[in-house]
Amino acid sequence: MGVLQIVIVLAVVMLLVKPLGTYVYHVFSNEPNRTDRIFGWLERLIYSLIGLKQRAGMTWKRYVLSFLLTNIIFVAIGYLLLRIQSVLPLNPNDIGNMEQTLSFNTIISFMTNTNLQHYSGESGLTYFTQMAVIMMMMFTSAATGFSVVIAFIRGLMSKGQTLGNFFEDFVKSHTRILFPAAILVTLLLVALQVPQTFDPTITVTTLEGAMQKIAVGPVASLESIKHLGTNGGGFFGVNSAHPFENPSALTNIVEMLSMWLIPACLPYVYGRFAKNSKQGWVVFSAMMTLFIVFLCVIYTSEMNGNPQITAMGIDTSQGNMEGKEVRLGVAQSALFSTVTTAATTGSVDNMHDTLTPLGGMVPLAQMMLNVVFGGEGVGLVNMLMYAILGVFLCGLMVGRTPEFLGRKIEPKEMKLIAVAILMHPLIILAPTAIAFLTDLGKGSITNPGFHGVSQVLYEYTSSAANNGSGFEGLADNTPFWNITTGLVMLLGRYISIIAMMAVAGSLVRKRLVPETIGTFRTDNVLFYGILIGTVLIIGALTFLPTIVLGPVAEHLTLGS
Amino acid sequence: MRSGRKKSMLTTGIMRDAIKESFVKLNPMTMIKNPVMFVVEVGTFVVLLMTIFPGYFNTRDEIGFNITVFLILLFTVLFANFAEALAEGRGKAQADTLKKTKKEITANKVVAGGIKAVPSAELRKGDVVIVSQGEMIPGDGEVIEGIASVDESAITGESAPVIKEAGGDFNSVTGGTRVVSDSIRVRIAADPGESFIDRMINLVEGAKRQKTPNELALNTLLITLTIIFLIVVVTLEPIASYLGIELQIPVLIALLVCLIPTTIGGLLSAIGIAGMDRVTQFNVLAMSGKAVEAAGDINTMILDKTGTITFGNRMASEFVPVGGESLETLGEWAAVSSVSDETPEGRSVLELMKTKSLRYDESVSEGGEFVEFKADTRMSGVDLKDGRKVRKGAVDAVKKWVSAQGGRVPGDLDSNSDKIARDGGTPLAVAVDNRILGLIYLKDTVKPGMRERFEQLRQMGIKTIMCTGDNPLTAATIAREAGVDDFIAESKPEDKIAVIRREQAEGKLVAMTGDGTNDAPALAQADVGLAMNSGTTAAKEAANMVDLDSDPSKIIEVVSIGKQLLMTRGALTTFSIANDIAKYFAIIPAMFTLAIPQMQVLNIMRLGTPMSAILSALIFNAIIIPLLIPLAMRGVSYKPMSASKLLARNIVLYGIGGVIVPFVGIKLIDLIVHIWV
Repeated sequence: MGVLQIVIVLAVVMLLVKPLGTYVYHVFSNEPNRTDRIFGWLERLIYSLIGLKQRAGMTWKRYVLSFLLTNIIFVAIGYLLLRIQSVLPLNPNDIGNMEQTLSFNTIISFMTNTNLQHYSGESGLTYFTQMAVIMMMMFTSAATGFSVVIAFIRGLMSKGQTLGNFFEDFVKSHTRILFPAAILVTLLLVALQVPQTFDPTITVTTLEGAMQKIAVGPVASLESIKHLGTNGGGFFGVNSAHPFENPSALTNIVEMLSMWLIPACLPYVYGRFAKNSKQGWVVFSAMMTLFIVFLCVIYTSEMNGNPQITAMGIDTSQGNMEGKEVRLGVAQSALFSTVTTAATTGSVDNMHDTLTPLGGMVPLAQMMLNVVFGGEGVGLVNMLMYAILGVFLCGLMVGRTPEFLGRKIEPKEMKLIAVAILMHPLIILAPTAIAFLTDLGKGSITNPGFHGVSQVLYEYTSSAANNGSGFEGLADNTPFWNITTGLVMLLGRYISIIAMMAVAGSLVRKRLVPETIGTFRTDNVLFYGILIGTVLIIGALTFLPTIVLGPVAEHLTLGS
Repeated sequence: MRSGRKKSMLTTGIMRDAIKESFVKLNPMTMIKNPVMFVVEVGTFVVLLMTIFPGYFNTRDEIGFNITVFLILLFTVLFANFAEALAEGRGKAQADTLKKTKKEITANKVVAGGIKAVPSAELRKGDVVIVSQGEMIPGDGEVIEGIASVDESAITGESAPVIKEAGGDFNSVTGGTRVVSDSIRVRIAADPGESFIDRMINLVEGAKRQKTPNELALNTLLITLTIIFLIVVVTLEPIASYLGIELQIPVLIALLVCLIPTTIGGLLSAIGIAGMDRVTQFNVLAMSGKAVEAAGDINTMILDKTGTITFGNRMASEFVPVGGESLETLGEWAAVSSVSDETPEGRSVLELMKTKSLRYDESVSEGGEFVEFKADTRMSGVDLKDGRKVRKGAVDAVKKWVSAQGGRVPGDLDSNSDKIARDGGTPLAVAVDNRILGLIYLKDTVKPGMRERFEQLRQMGIKTIMCTGDNPLTAATIAREAGVDDFIAESKPEDKIAVIRREQAEGKLVAMTGDGTNDAPALAQADVGLAMNSGTTAAKEAANMVDLDSDPSKIIEVVSIGKQLLMTRGALTTFSIANDIAKYFAIIPAMFTLAIPQMQVLNIMRLGTPMSAILSALIFNAIIIPLLIPLAMRGVSYKPMSASKLLARNIVLYGIGGVIVPFVGIKLIDLIVHIWV
């Protein structure tokens, strides 16, 4: 039964990748098509409102500058609103202003599409800031990621100087993809009993006669964009494990599909832009293979349960149910955890802290790789970076200097890629080490020993990969954690994006090398193998020693 | 002669120098140029300090282990230095031979009012010298007067002297070569230190070796990996220490050294130098490593027909009688007209007589007067004693000559001569007085093996374009026979540039060969230009490679060498990085087993003890460098095939092989090391 649920979700994804990818391709190919009639008037209105007269192509520098400035403005506005939210409207529960370092962390967290939450939504935010800050950022950060990946793809495929117009891409991401999808998913969730209201917290008397406060609010709308934009910040502190965020197995599936489909269709979009859909399928297959391997690990590990609990004589035939919702079960939880860390969404429907050691290693590993589908846009950009690396390493073996999609990979590109591949381990391992060197960091660990290593590692990995899920269990709302994770999120998001955009800017100007029989092919099974090999050897081996000290050591010592 | 020049790779002299040089290169100022090995050297130094001052570092208990680690690390660095020194050594040995030819020569400089003997070092560009029989030519220059045969064996290894004469494409002479007959006047074309031999010495010595763009990019990646693993190892210590696991510094250094790409880091420059050296061994002088790499990237190759694809000399291959004449009569008169004809065509007619077992009366031509071929008559022949005149030559010229004497042109002459032209041949008509006897079929023969070579080029994805001055019909026939992909008939030097530009506009890299001054612009425009040493100075300067043997078909091998160089670099990089998996499985369990006994599960190689595991991984890491030196120097084996097949083969050999070999190697080493620790 559990396996069947998983297979159905996988099958739906496979089926929808092509139609959805085709739609997304038409949105960004900027060639006239039927959807213009539906959305064209709205976009023209927006363009004239923001004074975007001719949507000229931008060089990579201009493109990067445009999205950075846009993001900075959003950050400034958002920060201000969080700091004065108590006096703003739509605050029926009288929630106070947010503290400085927490505001810093929260605003970066949402702008970088991480949505790491060091606060609980129901007690830390007003309805107004939930909508005007959190939801607004959820749309804009996703649209930013979308624009970046499309610009990057254009850099690989087109010739000239420019990568497209950021503002046009940004607007279109909203009008043609995120808005319609969000409306659809919100209605679907409301139909499946997720609340959507401005009423204050409900106070009820329980059967035992005690008074209980039940938090409600505009949940469904936040829930939909939270997943569609691979954001992940929950309306409630316990995120999608909360029965109002995720009431049933059906909503669970809707939420998984919402966050997974867009990242999953991007490789296909890439193939369409390459005018060779095989290119896209090779990348998709590599991602899917890694995904299935990780899914198998977490599923079997969770089904096997915790040997110490079994030893106590407790029936664990249902698997490891600690920290999981009974209405969802192991299969739905394992799949959700795999999807949410693959797509770097970071919403959770079960406590990752209570996963079995090897089960907990899966989310950690996926975020460390950051290429298994990945967040809105960023995942594909990272995977293509590994593709370029794979081409560089193995391309020489056909006796030609390496070229990717007809473009030579030269010292300039390698320097930029070096920055990107260096950044990820640096911003995960260095702060982890610092946290263990200081009492500020060590003091927050609630589970000493190997599990404590996993907790700290998870926090920074989640920040660096802009995932945002927490291992929880870590007392992380302190200035130390707020500031360090804030910085990690910032660096994790922008450094690699800027470096990779610079790569695109350099590749777009290159003279194209024609393809011959002597050319290294990137659209066949062999390259699929090379891609996975490169990801594993360059991406994964880096983290092996720390993984061994965390989850692996915990697993090995658990049974004995 | 070429094999005579080829030196054995490992003469004792070169080995001895290389060993000495490996220690000299330990100088940190030199090492820092190779950041990967520099990190190893720093690690070696740290372990050395811990061995010398065990009290300070509190490492008295581990002194034996530390000494061993120090020695292995030291040898890792030495092995890498040795690889580089060995590659450089071969170049130096060659340079020394060349330097011997550069000894001081006394030159006879032409000055106002006579000749003055000056040392060659004082000659400047523009000076004129006279070189006579038996003297060395004092510097590079052009012959401005006279003709002489010159022994160029000092630079080409070819012992047969070559003719150099003023004007035309054979006027360039090289300093250090010897005039063996006659006397020439030479205008010096290079200042001291800039001559051809100077440049050659610099090149083979590797003194001016600049890293190629691909090497730079690869170096960037290797440095990045080194920094990444540095981060991994440095951050591991605090995390482990939180768990109460004490990690010894030498163990961390061992882990670091095993993970960073030392194998390729140690061999990278040796691969580059050896690649250049392979080109030089092949008697081709590449002006830069970049040119050799570009050769590997070539998409299009432009080849001259004559001399490259065909022998160029037109050989008589058939007699075609016309007007009812017999084959015997035609052969007889063709032979008579050729007895005194020293041109290759003339000689080939006599050859053909022999192969056809035809006879002729030599006495007929005795006492006759030979008429040389002239551009305006386009005929040659003999005026016999008895007054008869025999001619052979271009068909229309002979027709006119016969008609002028009132002779009749046989009806089947034109049809037969057209047929020969269509088949790619050149027809020569033979006539006696007013009677046309028939045609000699002169054929331009394609060199043996060219067809197969073009087939190989096609498999590598390289398109071949043949350039010829022939008419389109002849050109098409030769092109078909040789199996080239495309041809340009009636081509002029400008056409070559146009073709190169056209191909380059499509993003292709183009290679070509040339020797004349009018080839120079095209040689400069091409991505790989191979000039013939026999060619003009202008051509040699425009090209980025010079073939000392002046064999234009060598461009094909140069492409293979370029590809092989890139493949060797890629194969060893992949091998080096793939090795990390096994090293992890050796060292990680070893590091943690003492604190966490369950880690033994990860010790899948079942290595003896933690200490032996770490030492075995380190030893493997060190000895793999010298073991791979022969491969780095020789290059990976390369047969022309499609990229996909090539890649699949190399991935299996060096990628998957790179994963498996260290597992086996480390296990074997551990079996021995385990006896002691």
